[in-house]
Amino acid sequence: MNSLKKILLGDQGLVVIFAVAFAIVSLTVPNFLSERNILGLLQSVVTIGIVACTMMFCLASRDFDLSVGSTVAFTGMIAVIASNMTGSIILGLAIALASGALVGAVNGFVIACFRINALITTLATMQIVRGLALIVSDGRAVGINDPGFYQLALSRFLGIPTPIWVMGALFVVFGFLLNRTVFGKNTLAIGGNPEAARLAGVNVVSMRIWIFALQGLICAVAGIMLASRITSGQPNAATGLELSVISACVLGGVSLAGGRAAMTGVIVGVMIMGIAENVMNLLNIQAFYQYVVRGLILLGAVLLDNLRSSASRR
Amino acid sequence: MTFLSVQNISKSYPGVKALSDVSFSVEKGAVHGLMGENGAGKSTLIRVLSGDQNADGGAIYIDGVKQDYTSVRDAFDAGVIVIHQELQLVPELTVAENLWLGRYPSRAGVVDTKQLVASVSSRLEEIGIDLDPNAKVSSLSLGARQMVEIAKAVMMEARVIALDEPTSSLSSRESEILFDLIARLKAKGTVILYVSHRLEEIFHLCDSLTLLRDGRLAAHHPKIADVSREQIIAEMVGRELGNIWRWRGRTLGPTRLEVSGIYGSTLPQPSGFSVRQGEILGFFGLIGAGRSEMMRLIYGADKRHGGKVTIDGVDVLPDNPRASINAGLVLCPEDRKHDGIIQGRSIEENIAISSRRHISPFGLLQLRKEAALADRFIDRLKVRTPSRRQDIVNLSGGNQQKVILGRWLSEQGVKVLIVDEPTRGVDVGAKSEICDILYELAEGGMAIVVVSSELPEVMGISDRIIVMCEGRLAGEFTRDAFQESEILTLALPDKNAAKNP
Repeated sequence: MNSLKKILLGDQGLVVIFAVAFAIVSLTVPNFLSERNILGLLQSVVTIGIVACTMMFCLASRDFDLSVGSTVAFTGMIAVIASNMTGSIILGLAIALASGALVGAVNGFVIACFRINALITTLATMQIVRGLALIVSDGRAVGINDPGFYQLALSRFLGIPTPIWVMGALFVVFGFLLNRTVFGKNTLAIGGNPEAARLAGVNVVSMRIWIFALQGLICAVAGIMLASRITSGQPNAATGLELSVISACVLGGVSLAGGRAAMTGVIVGVMIMGIAENVMNLLNIQAFYQYVVRGLILLGAVLLDNLRSSASRR
Repeated sequence: MTFLSVQNISKSYPGVKALSDVSFSVEKGAVHGLMGENGAGKSTLIRVLSGDQNADGGAIYIDGVKQDYTSVRDAFDAGVIVIHQELQLVPELTVAENLWLGRYPSRAGVVDTKQLVASVSSRLEEIGIDLDPNAKVSSLSLGARQMVEIAKAVMMEARVIALDEPTSSLSSRESEILFDLIARLKAKGTVILYVSHRLEEIFHLCDSLTLLRDGRLAAHHPKIADVSREQIIAEMVGRELGNIWRWRGRTLGPTRLEVSGIYGSTLPQPSGFSVRQGEILGFFGLIGAGRSEMMRLIYGADKRHGGKVTIDGVDVLPDNPRASINAGLVLCPEDRKHDGIIQGRSIEENIAISSRRHISPFGLLQLRKEAALADRFIDRLKVRTPSRRQDIVNLSGGNQQKVILGRWLSEQGVKVLIVDEPTRGVDVGAKSEICDILYELAEGGMAIVVVSSELPEVMGISDRIIVMCEGRLAGEFTRDAFQESEILTLALPDKNAAKNP
């Protein structure tokens, strides 16, 4: 009993729970383990997974970003419109990435330089950016002219769709950035104690701006992938994404109080969200119930986290 | 007739004996002074009295009845109320609401505002406090807020009121009003415990006096008229300097750090001083004298409004800790928990946070080098820990201090080291170790500034001492002229200074 408790409350507790849940689901839910279903599952978490990479940095530095859903929609829209207008997909994507990074940098600038609460700032930009997406598209979906754009989401490499590769690559890149670079360590230090980090010579202001700019840039990647998959720019795409992403991060053990984050945790968090939804679909559970289940999973994860930190304090 | 009697109170914290065997008694309706240097045990005694901390041994008697309360709540019920320096009021509520907080008069859950205000104004009038019950606390001056706290204590039928440094942030006029109020409470028979560093106030207000030193009773004077100012200072200090400091002489080089006319919102009076190569300069003063504020200004932690800081003749950019570090100026802050350690991160990361930029090409960590660096300083500073991966919050205060020191020793080209309260919460053995490290660094040519509110420590390790008092440099002593009583006299705010806040 005690050793079980130790495993569950240890650092890898969530991974263990995930592995057990995965095994149970594989054995009991028909069709779950088929290649088709697994690829579909991974496809369905691409947007959340990509955005979670940088949301992890935001949360780790004790900040917050509510504007990610709007930014994903806005940059997807920009990618489509700019590609259509310039006739060049490359140029369109570049413009979309730049505008995403710009939105993020503005968030970071306001939060770091004017010391305005991240929650309020990004709540404001969330609405502003959503508004911009609606304005540039006149509130309608914008179709893609060049079918080459579809290939971003449709193409496969070694039998696996490109978006899954992109997500995997970003997991690796941001895992490395968090654990093996000065940038990652400074992010965690700011989250652990911003004032001490500042006095230890960390440039907290510029770090914050960079973290948010990165968040915007990665939202643009997610927005482009999403636009390609739904074959259009949708001004109302990705509503509520911010909450799913933050849920996935918290599920993965990222502390909302800052200073604690792990890429593996976030990946597991993203997967748990995806699997729960997928299994409910396979079992034909009505969509309305899925909200309830998602909320319960999140609550459970936070409770586990709470137990874990009070156990480690003892 | 003895009303409050404290008998053989002892209290230990891990590694520290904060109070041992302290006894004293106070007559009914008397104002009793409580004095002692920082760390003498005054705060611990007050906390035991307030029920916030439970004593390990001893007893408290009020009016002949033994008290066995174990919480602040119980102490309230017993009529013992402590008014701390940080006031416990809700700023957005009115005076009346604050006074009734927690027990609003109500009818079926609806607050009876009329009764609330009426009862408060009659009560305020009774004890002679001139305050509008409908005023918001946030709109009141600090002095007025203190009145509200005292009124609260009176409304809770307090029999013993302890005031912890009540005048430290009051103007002299506000202080006078406070003294009048204390006189009226005294006339009502309330016992007042008065903690202060200000001798003038103690003589003006108190009937009797207790002096603490190193957690022990240094002296108990039932009649304050019988003692002199000099005697009190001698009793407060009165101790041989142990040789835990093991000071050793050095040859000093040219001026390394030069500070001139520096000031900011936290330290309005421009001040300056200089430190030579290889010199250890001590900064002594009571809490609130402005020592830490001065160091934070020099380091660039707070905004500098004017003045100049140079190292070896080169200007240091203001308001930028990063620039200071690059110029070779580093600070171990006073408030370790808030400004020093990065909670939740390992010892290794806490050491390497600044110096890792020298060993991380293109911002990529060299894990092995970092581990070696951490191990080297854990070893050199004798940090007691099972592993460099240990979360820093699990270390004792002294070991945390060593880690912060390690953070700066691992930096390259440090020329000036400022350490603010380097041995606070550190046991004697670790104190000696930290001092040895400081001497070693000074011998290497570093200029070192040691800030401390422990006089023996400053005298034990410094080559020279600057005394600060109420935001000004009050005096300077070279090692051959160190005199405890003279230094302490300069550090105590005198009557004239108190009149000009």
